[in-house]
Amino acid sequence: MSFYDALRRFADSWGLIFLFLVFLAAILWVLRPGGREHYRKQGEIPFKHDKYED
Amino acid sequence: MAMAQVGGLGFVALLALLASANAADAPFAFHMALIAVIALGWAVWILRNMDVSGRTIPLREAETGYMDGVVRAGVIATVFWGVVGFLVGVVIALQLGYPELNVDGLSFTNFSRLRPLHTSAVIFAFGGNALIATSFYVVQRTSGARLALGKAGWFVFWGYQLFIVLAATGYLMGQTQSREYAEPEWYVDLWLTIVWVVYLAVFLGTILKRKEPHIYVANWFYLAFIVTIAMLHVVNNLAIPVSFLGSKSYSAFSGAQDALIQWWYGHNAVGFFLTAGFLGMMYYFIPKQAERPVYSYRLSIVHFWSLIFLYIWAGPHHLHYTALPDWAQTLGMVFSIMLWMPSWGGMINGLMTLSGAWDKLRTDPIIRMMVIAVAFYGMSTFEGPMMSVKAVNSLSHYTDWTIGHVHSGALGWVGMISFGAVYYLTPRLWNRERLYSLRLVNWHFWLATIGIVLYASAMWVAGIMQGLMWREYDELGFLVYSFIETVAAMHPYFVIRALGGILYLTGALLMAFNVWKTIRGDLRQEVPMGAVQPAE
Repeated sequence: MSFYDALRRFADSWGLIFLFLVFLAAILWVLRPGGREHYRKQGEIPFKHDKYED
Repeated sequence: MAMAQVGGLGFVALLALLASANAADAPFAFHMALIAVIALGWAVWILRNMDVSGRTIPLREAETGYMDGVVRAGVIATVFWGVVGFLVGVVIALQLGYPELNVDGLSFTNFSRLRPLHTSAVIFAFGGNALIATSFYVVQRTSGARLALGKAGWFVFWGYQLFIVLAATGYLMGQTQSREYAEPEWYVDLWLTIVWVVYLAVFLGTILKRKEPHIYVANWFYLAFIVTIAMLHVVNNLAIPVSFLGSKSYSAFSGAQDALIQWWYGHNAVGFFLTAGFLGMMYYFIPKQAERPVYSYRLSIVHFWSLIFLYIWAGPHHLHYTALPDWAQTLGMVFSIMLWMPSWGGMINGLMTLSGAWDKLRTDPIIRMMVIAVAFYGMSTFEGPMMSVKAVNSLSHYTDWTIGHVHSGALGWVGMISFGAVYYLTPRLWNRERLYSLRLVNWHFWLATIGIVLYASAMWVAGIMQGLMWREYDELGFLVYSFIETVAAMHPYFVIRALGGILYLTGALLMAFNVWKTIRGDLRQEVPMGAVQPAE
């Protein structure tokens, strides 16, 4: 099996599964119960620092 | 310190002069001479501003507060390059309608040299300056921290302008790597790499010293844009120069691999430069202008990760029905279709930020501009996946439909959100009460919108007609139309397209005037938008 074939097989098996699971984990983490208030607060960030404070 | 800088600049000028004198070709000689002139001019500037009296140096302006000087420069550069880029666009649109405008015997004005000048001026000069300026503004205001690394921000600004000038003059002299949106030659690419690494350092440095515990989502998008563009730029421009004192180089790749790498670059320039970067803009400036937080912060994070995970695979849809392996073409198509979901999630998030404040659309032309930008984002991210389907692509590819699609995204999404950001920033950066005239913004909005509609609809008709004419066979299996007949048939649409471009350019000129008057501190006395004219 050539180097290209080896990479190609890795990409459409373990590589694909790995990236898909990372993606799924990121999305599930964002949608975790109890995150609502946490994310609502983060949406307020643009309104907090208009004036520079040391 | 100053003397060391002058000495260093003199050395750079000397090296550049030597390189210019021994150059293998005229464009390289010109560029090196230009660098020598800039280095000498800079050295003279330092000498003239040097304090040689031996006095105690008077108190410098304290380096506190947000660093806005570089953002001000960036806003001016954005407006300037925007007008230049749109103007060149109008010229080449007219050249397509009236080929005499290529001017026989004058190579500089040839369509094939002006076309990369137009694309680079609007994408990299206008869009790039808008991204750099807004990212510096947003990262400071969402981190509660001054821009990192002191004057490095200014190096990014001027270094980027030098890149633009080298690229633009190179195109006019016929220099090209023949890679779409990556035309500049190897030494210009190397210079951009240096500037970009410093840009990343400044942006990341500011995030690292933030007072706000969380990194706001706009910064995630900006960071994805900076990091991915660095990767795309370096890989796609891997090339071997023919000589160290000449501009010609050859790509490190060949054949189908070369084509795939070019379109992996090309499509992700769309995905990460023209989309992710400007989404960073959307997620800051729409909430600020609407005075309410983004509709769903959770959705914005889902939007981010979905976009990042999907976009990078979509490039092969530029190479349908080519020598690229079939599975790669299908992969590109499938990922392009999946991209529809996060794109529309992001669009809904941007639009719904206005829920409960829709009345602002009536009184605030800036919010109107931002909303139409998001609407065009939605339209072009629906059209794009549709065109990536192989069956549709067999009709649309290589036709002007593609050009229309690109411009509904570029003029509609990228242009309008940038104009909105410029109008938001100008009064704040120069401490003015408000813009010179909101009514002019309204004029700009309508001129630009009508311009885009004319442009996109003309290209739909022209492109689909062109595609149908190309595939028309007679009963004996011969092609019915010669290529030039399809070109002649498109003439009216070329003229309509140029008219749309002229309207768009006129809007941008109004913006330049409005920004200039605002900077001067003038306020136009006018009836507020949406107010009823008082009875005489």
